[in-house]
Amino acid sequence: MLNKNDILSTIEMIDQQHLDIRTITMGISLTDCADASAARACDKIYDKITHYAKDLVSVGEAIEMEFGIPIVNKRISVTPIALVSAASETDSYVPFCKALDRAAKTCGVDYIGGFSALVQKGMTKADEKLIRSIPEALSETDVVCSSVNIGSTKAGINMDAVRLMGHVIRETAERTNGAGCCKLVVFCNAVDDNPFMAGAFHGIGEPEKVINVGVSGPGVVYHALQAVKGAPFDVVAETVKKTAFRITRMGQLVAQEASKRLNTPFGIVDLSLAPTPAVGDSVARILEEMGLETCGTHGTTAALALLNDAVKKGGVMASSSVGGLSGAFIPVSEDEGMIAAAKAGVLTIDKLEAMTCVCSVGLDMIAVPGDTSADTIAAILADEAAIGMVNSKTTAVRVLPAIGKSVGDTVEMGGLMGSAPVMPVHAASSEAFIARGGRIPAPMQSLKN
Amino acid sequence: MNAIVTVIGQNRVGIIAAISTRLAALGVDILDVSQTILNGSFTMVMVVNLEGASASFVEIRDALSDLAAERGLSIRIQRQEIFEAMHTV
Repeated sequence: MLNKNDILSTIEMIDQQHLDIRTITMGISLTDCADASAARACDKIYDKITHYAKDLVSVGEAIEMEFGIPIVNKRISVTPIALVSAASETDSYVPFCKALDRAAKTCGVDYIGGFSALVQKGMTKADEKLIRSIPEALSETDVVCSSVNIGSTKAGINMDAVRLMGHVIRETAERTNGAGCCKLVVFCNAVDDNPFMAGAFHGIGEPEKVINVGVSGPGVVYHALQAVKGAPFDVVAETVKKTAFRITRMGQLVAQEASKRLNTPFGIVDLSLAPTPAVGDSVARILEEMGLETCGTHGTTAALALLNDAVKKGGVMASSSVGGLSGAFIPVSEDEGMIAAAKAGVLTIDKLEAMTCVCSVGLDMIAVPGDTSADTIAAILADEAAIGMVNSKTTAVRVLPAIGKSVGDTVEMGGLMGSAPVMPVHAASSEAFIARGGRIPAPMQSLKN
Repeated sequence: MNAIVTVIGQNRVGIIAAISTRLAALGVDILDVSQTILNGSFTMVMVVNLEGASASFVEIRDALSDLAAERGLSIRIQRQEIFEAMHTV
């Protein structure tokens, strides 16, 4: 039975607390687009994407209008391109990236993810070509996102790829004045069905096409916690759970409706709490509401552990299929509270690294000094990968070398990507460590059989 | 198909009349109404049936938007499923 207060509270969540569907992402398999001719492969890629996703934006807009739920983004994810381009006789995969860019623009989506390679055990020739194409590809396209998976719990960490990615991130930053790095993620234990950018790709084992939805509601959780000031943590956890339930239910409804109208199977709801730079839509402020003066002080990791777990527990009941990253996001530039805490010097990269042990993403949207070396970047990647590998979770790094800037400066990315204060990195060198290469072996967990 | 119409604004004479008349003209059947006035602020929630409506969802929504602009109210219409999904286990 519908209750007037429930109706009004839902409207308040949407109007005042920033409740929204962050993304509807259509995943499309491109494995059948492989061709010895790169030009023909690119044509097949363009044709397939524009065929399957031609109604994605209009259906998203119709659902938005009928249900009164803002659907902020419509996106596409594809098979990691290195697997599709491998058959083509060519030295550069930039044309593949351009084909994705054109297809995405024709469909009217805001991003397309999947210019990617999975190299956790080692790189194929195609993987390496793709990785080396990334800086040029991202500088010559607008809406394509790229990702590279360099480690996993079963395979260990590919330190040759880590070293290479340190250089790729630097080169991408230099070519694009930093902006390209917002579209590039390095993963450990990447998932096959993540609907969020920049790490979305349509993994192997996924069907021909799929609809995945990412919800968001930090503002709603924050508002709910204001009613339980001073209450013990079990009450806090229950409050977050119930709120996460409602948020995820909205995602489930939208996902099922989109799936029906687009004649595409429903994949998953990713119930991650994804912040935006808008006031009142911050994960950091939720942590502060739990009793921390500033996000990043002692107690932050514990607070985030509670939040991340409560979000999952509430969300899992609400959906028939939960997947993707599903936890709390801590992207510095996209969270008004994080930006403030970083500017105040309270939130540091070392603390963020600790926080990544207990939440669903990694070191995300962090601006580092423009002169940070490729080896230091690689060492940051290695640290994050080690956390993911040992703890059997997904971790990732999306770091933005701020060319020409240093600590004290701010980088403006605009829109949902916000702005990032340049954060200090350690000065002591990791060069000899990174120079070793090879593989950090998989931890004992991989022998569970 | 049921939808929820929510009206929020300053209380004035004739709000319910205006909305019901507009909905009737579009063939929309009103199933339930709940309304309160608190400190001069008017809030109304209606459950409506769009099954026999003579206009599409978009047209009904636009008609209500026009009415909202005329009267200085906030009027929204949303399919009922969103509220059911969020508030029932």
